[in-house]
Amino acid sequence: MIEERKSFIAWLQAGPMMLVFLAFFLLPLVFVVIVSAWDYNEYEMLPAFSFRGYTDTFEGCIAQFPDLCTILKTYAKTVKLCFLTWAITLTIGFTIAYFLAFHVRSKTWQIVLSLLCTIPFWTSNVIRMIAWVPLLGRNGLVNQGLIDMGLIKVPMEWLLFSEFSVVLAFVHLFTFFMVVPIFNSMIRIDPKLVEAAYDAGATGFQTLVNIIIPLAKPGIVIGSIFVITIVMGDFVTIGVMGGQQIASAGKIIETRLNALQFPAAAANAVILLGITIVIISALTRLVDIRKEL
Amino acid sequence: METRRGKSFYILAAVFIAYVLFLYGPMFAIFVLSFQGPEGGLTFPMNGVSLHWFYKVFEGNGVVNIGAAFKRSLALGAVVMLITVVLSVAAGMAFRKGFKGAAVLFYTAIASLIMPSIITSLGIALEFRLFDDVMINHANELGLGWFAEGWTTAMGLFTSGLGAHLTWTLPFGLLIMFAIFNRFDGRLEEAARDLGATPWQTFRYVVLPIILPSVVGIGLFGFTLSWDELARSSQAIGSVNTLPLELQGLTTTVTKPDIYALGTLTSAVSFLVIFLALFIIQFLQARQRRHGSDAGKGLV
Repeated sequence: MIEERKSFIAWLQAGPMMLVFLAFFLLPLVFVVIVSAWDYNEYEMLPAFSFRGYTDTFEGCIAQFPDLCTILKTYAKTVKLCFLTWAITLTIGFTIAYFLAFHVRSKTWQIVLSLLCTIPFWTSNVIRMIAWVPLLGRNGLVNQGLIDMGLIKVPMEWLLFSEFSVVLAFVHLFTFFMVVPIFNSMIRIDPKLVEAAYDAGATGFQTLVNIIIPLAKPGIVIGSIFVITIVMGDFVTIGVMGGQQIASAGKIIETRLNALQFPAAAANAVILLGITIVIISALTRLVDIRKEL
Repeated sequence: METRRGKSFYILAAVFIAYVLFLYGPMFAIFVLSFQGPEGGLTFPMNGVSLHWFYKVFEGNGVVNIGAAFKRSLALGAVVMLITVVLSVAAGMAFRKGFKGAAVLFYTAIASLIMPSIITSLGIALEFRLFDDVMINHANELGLGWFAEGWTTAMGLFTSGLGAHLTWTLPFGLLIMFAIFNRFDGRLEEAARDLGATPWQTFRYVVLPIILPSVVGIGLFGFTLSWDELARSSQAIGSVNTLPLELQGLTTTVTKPDIYALGTLTSAVSFLVIFLALFIIQFLQARQRRHGSDAGKGLV
């Protein structure tokens, strides 16, 4: 009786959150899948079964084979940007987390330095993107500086509105998502293990590879999931930092939406979702998320 | 461990400092540039110092009404913050008791967190479009004609927009609650119960005061994440725009430093909220230390 009452109250407490997710996350996903198999014309969607959203997306893929069609090229580029961002954020994020967890000794300093890394996360992404313009633009600080030093004669154009600036902005915005989970895994590593390795004659590098990296793996996986899913679906950063010139998986959806081709947008969303799920399930094979909280 | 700082400490410290400069440097560049003189451009050098571009923002340059977007974002952020705090604390308590479907809710929250934003946004847009469609074309058949008369759309700042923001803030709130209760000493609740407290009294006088500083943290996440949210709102906000959406629009059209001034203002609000929250957290923690229980004092 008491148990029943308790679980009823728990239901009441968790219910509202579940309802929000149901109304604004789960149901919308169902609609995406349904609408992806609808027909459409120039200005509206038609509730009739059709794979046009998918066939339009892969238009010319067979005809052009072995050359890559637009959609495959776009996905190849998105994956490339994603991989670059992942590799760089992981390297930087791991280094920063390692420093905070093992080299900063006082609790107070750990909190202060973590906050220092967190505060930009609480400010606008768009602002943090625009912030690169005065530095990387044709007349920006970097070009000016290099010209003044006599290292280059004409300003470098590839610094801004290029794949370089897109990856730079990704790293700038999302390294935080690597630092937090990796740091979280690292502070749980018993210092005695590191000491024992040290006593047993391991070099710093051996300790890192054989002790710290395996134990920090859950954090590395969680951070990777974050960064990869964000970059795979991104259209804002690529839009702003790529000068609206670079295509990506997320941008295709946005373009289709702006053209009011909802079923085509939904079909692309389903494809993106599929790829994201494959990547995540591959990564979660490596770690149980629930245990890490 | 060795007490002397090794060479690696100094190398890593240098990397850390470089990272912090990388994080903050560009932002400071635009903060400085937003004080450009009236003749100044988008890049250095500074052409005099003035508040010209801030005036420009408040005047409104005719294209967009920044003031209105500012107020909209502020109002939405406040509502999102409130709902995030209440629902997260409630759900966090439920997870402590355990309930059927706990795993489902947990994985749904995680999925919502890592779902590419454009998909969530598209889904919400479709949901509301289809709903509008039903209201406009089929309301009479459903006997809702009186209700749907003159129906235009259910999409809006506080319907679809609010929902889109919650799919982003609630997972953070829930994860913070998990982190809080991982460190929470359950014996305190038992003690309260043994002393005859009702469940509500236990929550109100024992649990809540202890977790309050972290709850302020949830509020901080709720507000700032909503204040800066862009990708999820993009398709699901309806006819009006939030401040980040206006800002994004401006990146392609504006060639004057007023966009920096706007950036500085938005960041100022973020910083204000962050420091206010940190201050409140500090204050609450200090109060806890002063007024906290005397349990355990005999042992120290």
